[in-house]
Amino acid sequence: MAKTLEEINEKIRSGKVVVVTAEEMVELTSEKGAKGAAETVDVVTTGTFGPMCSSGVMMNLGHSRPRIKFGGGQVRLNRVPAYPGLAAVDIYLGATALPDEDPRNAVFPGGFRYGGGHVIEDLVAGRRVLLEATTYGTDCYPRREVATWLTLEELNECYLFNPRNGYQNYNVAVNRSDRTAYTYMGTLLPRLGSANYCSAGQLSPLLNDPHYRTIGVGTRIFLGGGVGYVAWQGTQHNPSVERTEQGVPKSGAGTLAVLGDLKQMSPRWLRGASFRGYGATLVVGLGIPIPVLDEEIAAATAVSDEDILAPVVDYSKAYPERQSKVMCHVTYAQLKSGTVELEGKTVPTTPLSSYPRAKEIAETLKEWVSSGKFELTAPVARLPGADAKTAAKPMPDRPPRG
Amino acid sequence: MTTTQVSHKVVLHFPPTVTGQPVVYTLSRDYGLAFNILRASINPQEEGLMVIELSGSEQDYRRATGYLKKIGVRLQPLVQDIRKNDDRCIDCGACVGVCPTRALVVERPSMKVIFNPDACVMCGECVPCCPVGAMELQF
Repeated sequence: MAKTLEEINEKIRSGKVVVVTAEEMVELTSEKGAKGAAETVDVVTTGTFGPMCSSGVMMNLGHSRPRIKFGGGQVRLNRVPAYPGLAAVDIYLGATALPDEDPRNAVFPGGFRYGGGHVIEDLVAGRRVLLEATTYGTDCYPRREVATWLTLEELNECYLFNPRNGYQNYNVAVNRSDRTAYTYMGTLLPRLGSANYCSAGQLSPLLNDPHYRTIGVGTRIFLGGGVGYVAWQGTQHNPSVERTEQGVPKSGAGTLAVLGDLKQMSPRWLRGASFRGYGATLVVGLGIPIPVLDEEIAAATAVSDEDILAPVVDYSKAYPERQSKVMCHVTYAQLKSGTVELEGKTVPTTPLSSYPRAKEIAETLKEWVSSGKFELTAPVARLPGADAKTAAKPMPDRPPRG
Repeated sequence: MTTTQVSHKVVLHFPPTVTGQPVVYTLSRDYGLAFNILRASINPQEEGLMVIELSGSEQDYRRATGYLKKIGVRLQPLVQDIRKNDDRCIDCGACVGVCPTRALVVERPSMKVIFNPDACVMCGECVPCCPVGAMELQF
């Protein structure tokens, strides 16, 4: 029997809602079947906690006296450059930005111990951050430089705005070369010495809504410990990839652009991170509730690690050279077991996305919904689906004539 | 002139091309160093690791480290202690792949990262590999 979203929200308000995590849904559906699960369960909660480079913070710093206009100048927070090409005191700080003084990979592999993601963590933790800006003067904005300590509380609007989070499935990274590879997928030991993966698998939001039936523009979510929203499809949203019979993408597919008020968030769910030899980033906590409107949604949220296939890609050659070579596919159940068999070799697996924390997010969201403080939303607009002919295109190779 | 005697605990990282060579024998015979192997994990065709204490004159020790570098063995001072800061750790697991002695493991089915200090040889590989700075060196 199908339910409406309004019926589910009414149950949330009256305290009668039945909520389970996506992990609990696997077992429940294997006992009761999708039909039985759809009748019993109203909401399935998901979660993921992993490094998401396409993240950052939009902030308004308030006006100085006399006024200053950052646009056209340079702005730094704890020495990390932020983008000032907006109105006078609006800036965007990206998670992967690095101080000019950072030696990068000049001494290889670089450490990247402090970047944009770390500034975001410092802000969210309530620590003061040093703003330094230089710019040109105008009649209306005469001031040319400023240096001041700031805290998150003192800023005006400050919202996390992540153009690409919550990847629906992802590569498993291996290294077939003879030297260690330092990548955004972590340290990859040579000669298939490790297989690194980065997805919460059966708990991951978009893997539980493979055709974006309930997750869309406007969906209310758990973001960084606070309440946020899906703003749009994420960059590189690529829904038309090959899928299993159940409709689960066999490689990175859908993505989400999300936003939320940084002042509600917590450093437990937003962590600055450093990938040796690669760069700085932000580990983001994201959770999305899925209303179980019918049997089809119940079946989709019952997806288990055995059902989800991830492509194994060589990050010493195929990935950097943008060759679309997949060595093979492995399941998240295999990855989570600790080893996978690749080319006749038993390869230890290394997770980069925290499963225990993903579970904690799904459980937190379950508590929020069960206690009546978090109602579900219908999408304002659907995300492009597998039939939308949307595809992530490569960069054109068309250099100017010399 | 008196010769200064030194004794250093170091971690030697062997590339696979060197694992077939009698490196420790050479250190003893050609450089006159006394050695005490504290832990070793060396397999043919794999990167090997050895925790070793080397003692001898300062000059011999310097010559010996030159020899090791020349044949591609990476030398790392053995640190005193490695700690896992549980307030920083997010239980991702990025460290387990680089830990040569499985002192860092993912516990199943909880998928939490467990650090067993008794199995740790203090090579320090986990420290720069931890994305959130949870593995700390204590000197």
